[in-house]
Amino acid sequence: MLYAFLCCHDEALDSSCTKEQDDAVLAKRAKVTSKLAAKGKLGPAVRLMPTTTATTVRMGAQPVVLDGPFAETKEALLGFYLIDCDSLEEAIALAKDIGRDEKVVFEIRPVKLFVPEAKFVPETKAS
Amino acid sequence: MTDLSWIDPLLRSARPQAIGALLRYFRSLDQAEESFQEACLRALKNWPLNGPPRDPVAWLVLVGRNIGLDEARRSSRSGPLPPDERISDLGDAESDIAERLDSSHYRDDVLRLLFICCHPDLPSVQQIALALRVVSGLTVKEIARAFLIGESAMEQRITRAKSRVARADVAFAAPGAAERAERLAAVAAMLYLLFNEGYSASGGDRHVRAPLCDEAIRLARLLLSLFPGEPDIMGLLALMLMQHARTPARLDADDAIILLEDQDRRLWDRDMIAEGHALLEKAGRHRRPGTYQLQAAIAGVHAHAATTQDTDWAAIDRLYAALERLQPSPVVTLNRAVAVSKVQGAAAALAMIEPLAQSLDGYFHFHGLTGGLLMRLGRAGEARIAFDRAIALAHTPAEAAHIRLHLDRLIKESAPAGAK
Repeated sequence: MLYAFLCCHDEALDSSCTKEQDDAVLAKRAKVTSKLAAKGKLGPAVRLMPTTTATTVRMGAQPVVLDGPFAETKEALLGFYLIDCDSLEEAIALAKDIGRDEKVVFEIRPVKLFVPEAKFVPETKAS
Repeated sequence: MTDLSWIDPLLRSARPQAIGALLRYFRSLDQAEESFQEACLRALKNWPLNGPPRDPVAWLVLVGRNIGLDEARRSSRSGPLPPDERISDLGDAESDIAERLDSSHYRDDVLRLLFICCHPDLPSVQQIALALRVVSGLTVKEIARAFLIGESAMEQRITRAKSRVARADVAFAAPGAAERAERLAAVAAMLYLLFNEGYSASGGDRHVRAPLCDEAIRLARLLLSLFPGEPDIMGLLALMLMQHARTPARLDADDAIILLEDQDRRLWDRDMIAEGHALLEKAGRHRRPGTYQLQAAIAGVHAHAATTQDTDWAAIDRLYAALERLQPSPVVTLNRAVAVSKVQGAAAALAMIEPLAQSLDGYFHFHGLTGGLLMRLGRAGEARIAFDRAIALAHTPAEAAHIRLHLDRLIKESAPAGAK
């Protein structure tokens, strides 16, 4: 089963991190994710820009375009991993491993539809 | 749990909102700060035992408010100290206050707190120092180090600034739309000053003080998250990000400035640039162009060019022309002249800035650019005079060193000619 690991965290806290602290967290996580990647279990991982860059489109008879994220909560979706896991148990164990020593919240969501053969070549690539 | 390092970032990120709310409650900056400080001390005792509260800001506001009330009661009756346990179990009270301190309150609280620091009577350095002390919670020592002055001198400045704002008449009722817009504009200007203080230090021997830039960006992000539909704040944050992205490329190993055109653009922070572009795109939808948006767009044109040669100078010329219309200023014209010199040549640019000689006579960059243009036109003698004047006006050794480089080149180029 494919699982999406949604990384949720207090955004204000996250933006208070120094670059060094941030790099340290990513390096720590890479120890886990690089093993998954080697086994072909790691799908796309995405880090989102801050919610200040978000635009919300609320659909209705007249769609409304709003500045800002959908939910104004402290915890925001900051990014996600797509990981191939044998079971929810494994997914939970991985979440614990990836987020070790952090205060992050992972929302684990089974993926209903995944289109691996899609030739997705974005013109603008995130770094 | 003995490691308390997890609490610090929580307190730091809660600070602007918590102090802003306490200020609304007590109407005294000193009292708001003191009660927040005390609440933090109790958090350090309480949180390791009970775990962090669901809403740290609400916890700190409630505890800080109680402390302030106890303080007032104690001084009026000199009764016994209230036991610490009284505030250790917040339970329902916490969710109750969390409800009342909803985000619409917080945003005006934070805005008010920042706005108080922008008192027009305060010189800009004092505005920034006050904001760093009160809003960001840097210690006087840290601020003194950032401004490269003695601790006691900085202490004095901040005390003076505080007593000045304490006498100011700041409205505590929720501001109306016009007043809110006014406050936002003043705060944006102050945050940009803070950013520039870090980006181009006004004194001392270090030209770039990145932590001040980081703090300005953090506060701008906070402001935009509270006022998500403000294109000017989007523009401000975009501008800071676009400029700060260049920081890794701005100084060489000897701390000398590397000019934009000579920077290794591979060192620019692409994440910051991308975020800046995203913000500009959002701001553009509002069709309310502002000075920050235009400046950010100019930085964006530079960011878009892989090398100096690829720069779309015509676009930059157009953006500066728009900026001139919106905010006529000799400095803007001076910057536009750089673009004009690339599009139309040094002579056109020189003609453009010559009328500015009087108003920009005390401005380092004016003489630097004049010298550079004269040099390109082969007028070495006049160029040297302009460069000498620029060195005399340089704020930091890095600025002076950069001009000296030009002078050395002039001397080198003129020496063989003179020997013949």
